Amino acid sequence: MPSIQGSEGEDSEAPGLWPGSFTLTFVTDLMKQNLQKSLLLEVRDLTIHFFTEEGVVRAVENVSFEIYPGEVLGLVGESGCGKSVTGLSLLRLIPIPPGRIVSGDILFDGRSLLPLEEKEMEKVRGNDISMIFQEPMTSLNPVFTIGDQIMEAVILHQGLDKTEARKRAIEMLDRVKIPSPEKRIDSYPHQLSGGMRQRAMIAMALSCQPKLLIADEPTTALDVTIQAQVLQLLKEIQMEMGMSVMLITHDLGVVSEIADRVAVMYAGRIFEYGPIEAIFGKMRNPYTRGLMSSIPQLAEKKGRLNPIPGQVPDPMNLPAGCKFHPRCYMMIEDCKKGEPMFQVNGDHFSRCIRWKECC
Amino acid sequence: MVQNNFLIQVRDLKKYFYKEGFFSTDKKPIRAVDGISFSIRKGETLGLVGESGCGKTTAGKSILRLIEPTSGQVLFKGQDILGLHRGVLRALRLRMQFIFQDPYESLNPRMKVEEIVGEGLEVHRIARGKEKSRRVSELLKKVGLHPQDTQRYPHEFSGGQRQRIGIARAISLNPELIVADEPVSALDVSIQAQILNLLMDLRDQLGLTYLFISHDLRVVKYISDRIAVMYMGKIVEMGSSEDLFKRPLHPYTQVLLKAIPNLDLSQKRERPFLKEEHRPLPSGQECLFQARCPHSREKCQTEEPVLLDEGEDHFVACHFVS
Repeated sequence: MPSIQGSEGEDSEAPGLWPGSFTLTFVTDLMKQNLQKSLLLEVRDLTIHFFTEEGVVRAVENVSFEIYPGEVLGLVGESGCGKSVTGLSLLRLIPIPPGRIVSGDILFDGRSLLPLEEKEMEKVRGNDISMIFQEPMTSLNPVFTIGDQIMEAVILHQGLDKTEARKRAIEMLDRVKIPSPEKRIDSYPHQLSGGMRQRAMIAMALSCQPKLLIADEPTTALDVTIQAQVLQLLKEIQMEMGMSVMLITHDLGVVSEIADRVAVMYAGRIFEYGPIEAIFGKMRNPYTRGLMSSIPQLAEKKGRLNPIPGQVPDPMNLPAGCKFHPRCYMMIEDCKKGEPMFQVNGDHFSRCIRWKECC
Repeated sequence: MVQNNFLIQVRDLKKYFYKEGFFSTDKKPIRAVDGISFSIRKGETLGLVGESGCGKTTAGKSILRLIEPTSGQVLFKGQDILGLHRGVLRALRLRMQFIFQDPYESLNPRMKVEEIVGEGLEVHRIARGKEKSRRVSELLKKVGLHPQDTQRYPHEFSGGQRQRIGIARAISLNPELIVADEPVSALDVSIQAQILNLLMDLRDQLGLTYLFISHDLRVVKYISDRIAVMYMGKIVEMGSSEDLFKRPLHPYTQVLLKAIPNLDLSQKRERPFLKEEHRPLPSGQECLFQARCPHSREKCQTEEPVLLDEGEDHFVACHFVS
């Protein structure tokens, strides 16, 4: 996390005002050198703006995170927080113009994706990094069978011939637990139910055995019972193949099911970042806290919910300082001055100057 | 049971859709709502839960006759509204209102907030002119918007604010019953909680009775006194929300409850188990859930279970109540 400005261990003394009393740049540099080899993906200070007629939309601002091999990173946030744009940018799928990656870097397997030629990038897409989307009906082509669509990817990327590709496609459909795959392979998307379609999408995305799967709201359009089954399938396959997953969702419940680490986004920034146990058990950010207490708990007796007041800010007109301060119950004057990221401990970070008192 | 204790009683309500088309030879109807019965007491909130396509929205709309049901009875304060003429029904509509799921599609983009919220007042000749404006401002204040917002258009508001406009419209005529169809599903979680709080406050302030339709069990449990679970056009289980969550009796309800993602990491449970993902259409007199049911036995394939009282106002339609 190179964007840390002030940071210190949990047990150290109270800091002065930010920027923190000392900076861990040196230590993090050392850590980075050690980790560099084992990192699968590193996003560094990524900033993405959209230049529209109405003005500049600052969709993603100084976002940094990393994904290790074989782990599931959950990227959570409300609509418009920049989570999908972040996901798309990893495959360089942001429409340019109006979008532009203003600064930052995306390193995949140690190689920067940003300077790659379009031809090179095509080899990465679907092969090294795959993506599945919320609504499988709109991301599958309705005039081709699901078999055709799975085969297309393996023929293109892996150079298999048609018979081999068909065999691989049947294998993949079987792997995502679609019953009688040798028959289903010739079905058109509309002949499948929503859950089956999403399974077919997963089969397609995994057919080239990518190292990283980006799943953007993969279960949001599905019914709860189907949602649970698809999530379980994703987790199983991820463990079997040892692949990494970046799970983008608005639903903290979905994240709690399968993620190893979580990044909570708000207004284009990461607000809290850490292992799932830390985020769910020992959160250190009032926004994360607010999100959690907005969800009705099954065990609790009835009473009023504690929602976050107000609205998500207009991305063209963000407040100064901490972007959450107008809605925050812990707001003090200093919140309007800056938005530093603090290291809570180890790999747990929070963008809140009052993280010690929270939550 | 005293009859007038109930604000609304629904008896054997059915809504079948027939496939239309010149070449269509298929005369089998789609049974969207297939004989549901329930009652809601005054001031009570009944949650109607089910997955997409189970008929919950059709049921809600049929009850207010926003679509015409195929058969059945809907008694509003003892009066069957299904047989009523339009004129009489129109007067009764004052007492029953609907809140829609999508705050983006249910507000006319060319109308100002004052026109949207005040339309009912004008149509029913309750208020016009200055009096209407005054009332609209008051309604906006009640739902947490600025009274000055009356001259703005829907696109100037966020999703949550739009849903507040929809709610202001629904309460403008002082209704007794509100059918709320997935009123928070399209909203972000933090905004969902605001709207849920608002709905509960209004219920207490105005003595409203809700039929709350949703697919989200957490939300339904939170707001409802009683819950009815729908599956393929039928109610399979109904009971007080505490009881239903404590001892779900129908296998489908059990699967639904287990499927709710848990925020408490220390409580990881077994995953739900369904034999089939799709819902096969019934071929004869079998239980509608049997093809997917983990406990299905022979009897389930030959005989359809009926909704029976299992005590404490808890009804379930299953041959083998566990």
